[in-house]
Amino acid sequence: MTETLSSDEPQAGIPEYPMRRAQGCPFDPPPTLRDEQEKGPLTKVRLWDGSRPWLVTRYAEQRALLADPRVSADITRPGYPSQSSSRSNSIGFILMDDPEHARLRRMVTAPFTIKRTEALRPRVQQIVDDLIDDMLAGPNPVDLVESFALPVPSLVICDLLGVPYADHDFFQDNSKTIINRDSTDEQRAGALGRLAEYLDRLVGEKLDRPSEDLLSQLAARVGAGELPRGEAARIGVLLLIAGHETTANMIALGTLALLQHPEQLTALRETQDPKLVAGAVEELLRYLHITHSGRRRVALEDIEIAGQVIRAGDGLILPNDIGNRDPRAFSDPDRLDIHRDARHHVAFGFGVHQCLGQPLARMELQVVYSTLYRRMPTLRLAGALEDIPFKHDGSVYGVYELPVAW
Amino acid sequence: MKVILDQDKCVASGQCVMAAPEVFDQRDEDGVAILLNDSPSEAGTEDVQHAASVCPALAIRLSA
Ligand code: HEM
Ligand code: SF4
Repeated sequence: MTETLSSDEPQAGIPEYPMRRAQGCPFDPPPTLRDEQEKGPLTKVRLWDGSRPWLVTRYAEQRALLADPRVSADITRPGYPSQSSSRSNSIGFILMDDPEHARLRRMVTAPFTIKRTEALRPRVQQIVDDLIDDMLAGPNPVDLVESFALPVPSLVICDLLGVPYADHDFFQDNSKTIINRDSTDEQRAGALGRLAEYLDRLVGEKLDRPSEDLLSQLAARVGAGELPRGEAARIGVLLLIAGHETTANMIALGTLALLQHPEQLTALRETQDPKLVAGAVEELLRYLHITHSGRRRVALEDIEIAGQVIRAGDGLILPNDIGNRDPRAFSDPDRLDIHRDARHHVAFGFGVHQCLGQPLARMELQVVYSTLYRRMPTLRLAGALEDIPFKHDGSVYGVYELPVAW
Repeated sequence: MKVILDQDKCVASGQCVMAAPEVFDQRDEDGVAILLNDSPSEAGTEDVQHAASVCPALAIRLSA
């Protein structure tokens, strides 16, 4: 079991998690994470409830543990280092273990193959070009998040799932509540409930009138008795949230990071080489690492690693943001360098839960980064970096707004 | 070099196809990886080693 702190135990030396980023370093992980990484691959942190799970900060140990079948992602198990008192696992298979996780995941993997995502590239290019046309014809300056970063992945995931884009205010607002660290359990449960109800209704409609989308395929499985309708709706919720919030943050935060590194922005704007663009996407995923709340797991058995013994029932926090800045895996890790080979990063996690949408996210980001700066070559920040509202309170990092001019 | 792929472990991440498209592909029905060539040439070695090292499910093994 993860020990619970009693009042007579010394608290000194055990940092709290999550940690704060340093003032003026919006792209770097919290300095305390770096300190812990230097102490050793495994240390301990203290959570909101006083529990003290392991903190795994080095790349090699993070990968080893995330791929270890003795490590569970099941939030309902005692010892799981939960972000709040809610232990609801009503958000698809991301918080389940195999074999149930594998069975459900394989029901939705088909649209995310490399081949199928490549086939979507022209459609994504069209979406990106149309949105840029609108921006160029509209007011200047503009908020890039609202006008571009959020609509691109939202339109794409709506197409793929079969969700009407006209409902985007509804699902974007509820997604925000779910991933905001400061939401109360009640607020989060309410938002999840509304999204689940919405997806359940859509699955019902697809049962009656199926089309070519992923929700129709899930509905067909419901009809065939392979999948309870509620589970189909929960998978829909997971894909809808994961499909737009993450990529949107990479678009806006990536643009801001590039604007702070003008020579790299120029290289990206001027290249015709899809390999350089693809490499830049991998490097930005590594460097920005937006899923900054740490992968969370619990040990099912005793595990010996790096000279330590993790006991069955111990909680584990694996912040891949600092893993992606481990000098043992990346030379000069705190430097953004779109020319480096960063393909082995862990921005999509590792192990059986590694991001299902990664081929789609990569393709969307490749289209965006190779189009936006070329078509808006004078793009610049409209205002000061200090005034940008960063998502320190989100379980996915990014910016709430990005005022840009051209 | 010989490539051994464990399809039961595969989570359809597509990483191997990205790294070594001459050696790996994915099944249409569920994205599970398939081997196009289990004894790739010398020239493809580095890509296949990269594929094995980034496979999140540890489903790819290489032997001499
Ligand atoms: C740049 C964009 C993205 C990033 C950085 C990202 C990151 C991640 C990470 C770190 C995980 C692992 C969670 C864990 O191990 O606990 C994950 C899982 C997942 N992601 Fe993404 N993601 C992105 C885009 C997407 C997109 C576009 C989709 C869907 C269309 C998606 C769907 C999923 C799903 C369904 C899972 C759960 C997989 C499982 O549990 O087997 N993601 N993602
Ligand atoms: S890299 Fe591994 S998990 Fe991903 S598709 Fe290939 S074999 Fe499957």
